[in-house]
Amino acid sequence: MWGLAFVSPWLIGTGGLVLYPMALSLYYSFTNYDIVSSYQFVGLANYGGLLRDPQFRQALGNTFYLVVVMVPLSLVVALGYALLLNVPVYGQRVFRTVLYLPQMVPTVASAILWMWVLNPQFGLVNTILGWFHILGPLWLNSISWSKPSIVLLNVWGIGGAAIIFLAGLQGISPMLVDAAKVDGAGLWRRFRHVTLPALSPLILFNAVMGVLGAMQYFTQAFIMGGGESGGSSVGLGNSLQFAVVYLYEVAFGDLRVGYASAMGWVLFMMMLVVIAVLLRVSARWVFYEGWRKQ
Amino acid sequence: MRKAKLLRGASQSTSYALLLATSAVVLLPFYWMVLSSVKTNHQLFTTPVQWWVWPLHLSNYSRALSLIPFWRQLGNTVMLSALTVIGTVLSGSVVAYGLAKVDWPGRKPLFWLLIVTMLLPGVVTLVPTYVIFRDLGWINTYLPLIIPAFVGSPYYVFLFRQFFLRIPESLSEAARIDGASELHIYARIIMPVSRPVIASVGVLAFVQAWTEYLGPLIYLNQPAQWTLSLGLTAFLTKYSVEWNLMMAAAVVFTLPLIVVFFVGNKYFVKGISFITDVG
Repeated sequence: MWGLAFVSPWLIGTGGLVLYPMALSLYYSFTNYDIVSSYQFVGLANYGGLLRDPQFRQALGNTFYLVVVMVPLSLVVALGYALLLNVPVYGQRVFRTVLYLPQMVPTVASAILWMWVLNPQFGLVNTILGWFHILGPLWLNSISWSKPSIVLLNVWGIGGAAIIFLAGLQGISPMLVDAAKVDGAGLWRRFRHVTLPALSPLILFNAVMGVLGAMQYFTQAFIMGGGESGGSSVGLGNSLQFAVVYLYEVAFGDLRVGYASAMGWVLFMMMLVVIAVLLRVSARWVFYEGWRKQ
Repeated sequence: MRKAKLLRGASQSTSYALLLATSAVVLLPFYWMVLSSVKTNHQLFTTPVQWWVWPLHLSNYSRALSLIPFWRQLGNTVMLSALTVIGTVLSGSVVAYGLAKVDWPGRKPLFWLLIVTMLLPGVVTLVPTYVIFRDLGWINTYLPLIIPAFVGSPYYVFLFRQFFLRIPESLSEAARIDGASELHIYARIIMPVSRPVIASVGVLAFVQAWTEYLGPLIYLNQPAQWTLSLGLTAFLTKYSVEWNLMMAAAVVFTLPLIVVFFVGNKYFVKGISFITDVG
């Protein structure tokens, strides 16, 4: 009975703040609930409405851009960075500290900082591009460059994922690497056949976390989408209207709780599908020490 | 042999150059933030860019802090973060004790439930949770932001559990034979040897609470209640062209986390190593 007593706060929390809200959300998704007036059942109307909602479609497109572009790019950069930080050089501790610093900038502060860093005329990035006689893009003030701006900001804050890879790299037995060396494996083959398999569970972990984060991307987009005028929060030509940004507007701007709940469930299902595909594909290349999948 | 040595030297210096370059890229935005915060409005908008200014225009800081109810919002942020840390450490360790140190039938299935809730996206619960808290009359109070920390967030329960599993069972077994209650074992035996994980969870929860945006945005409507995250965005909508003031405010908002980071550096890394141990 002691066990139950110890876990009871969390059980109550899970019931009240996870399971009950989920059930409630499913229920609302079949109604036209709007907080203020009484509501009716509308069947699948909300879900049907989502299918025909051009704004939702655009928000999904923007979100999938993050999943397809930002997540893989972040993984590659984080892995490269971790490899670099694993080379035994003097002062490596300092470099590792630097890597993690961007994580310490509050989300809101980093969004505002990057709006200024990416200022087309007086910003840091375009100033440096100017040294190489490159005319920098308009970044957040351009429909085609606003999403790359978001990607750039996130690659800057790559520390969390990189440090997970670094921990994994440090866990690889030096004997394994030496054995590969003795067998005459070069740098690339050692990376391909020793490092990558050893890291594969962590690559999967970071990929899943990355997808979950990308599909629920909100704060930076919400702030940066407002632009310097702080007006609309969806970026130029809705280019920064991501799924959760739209959900926020529908729920808390228009108070269309029923519609927003349906949207939440559709997004949830999409996440499950993406993660399932990821797990399915990964079964072929993820290598767990000690056992192999038949 | 000499060739190998030369090669190694070359690859070392290449790594070094790459490390210096990436570090510079990571640090430049920080320099840009601080530099802009001590420039006059005129200096911000001159070309070519001035990479150093003298005298430093420090009055930006006092102006920025007086334009928003800064001290008030700082107090709110500190209070919320402190309560979140206390709640997270307390509930996380208590629940993890039940999952890792007490032998009872619910232990295994509940661990799987924990993993599932860890992966459940907030996007489904966001709106109904708001409705629930609204029906409770908790809008414009701090309760919706604090209570969740006190019922055990799955991720931190998980970190505690991983650590507790590594504490030798003989320790609590000996106490049990002496007739100690589970509560006693938790408070007097397990917690004192768990300082590293307490520190890790503490710093991670602190950073998360300090930077939290969506929760305060939804639940707090009055500027006097706001946290600095909200204060800073309000600043953006009002004084957006005054980047020097914006940057000064951003520096002040970021500084406490940088301090926490340098003080608790190893605990961040430890907190992460608990994850990689699972693989």
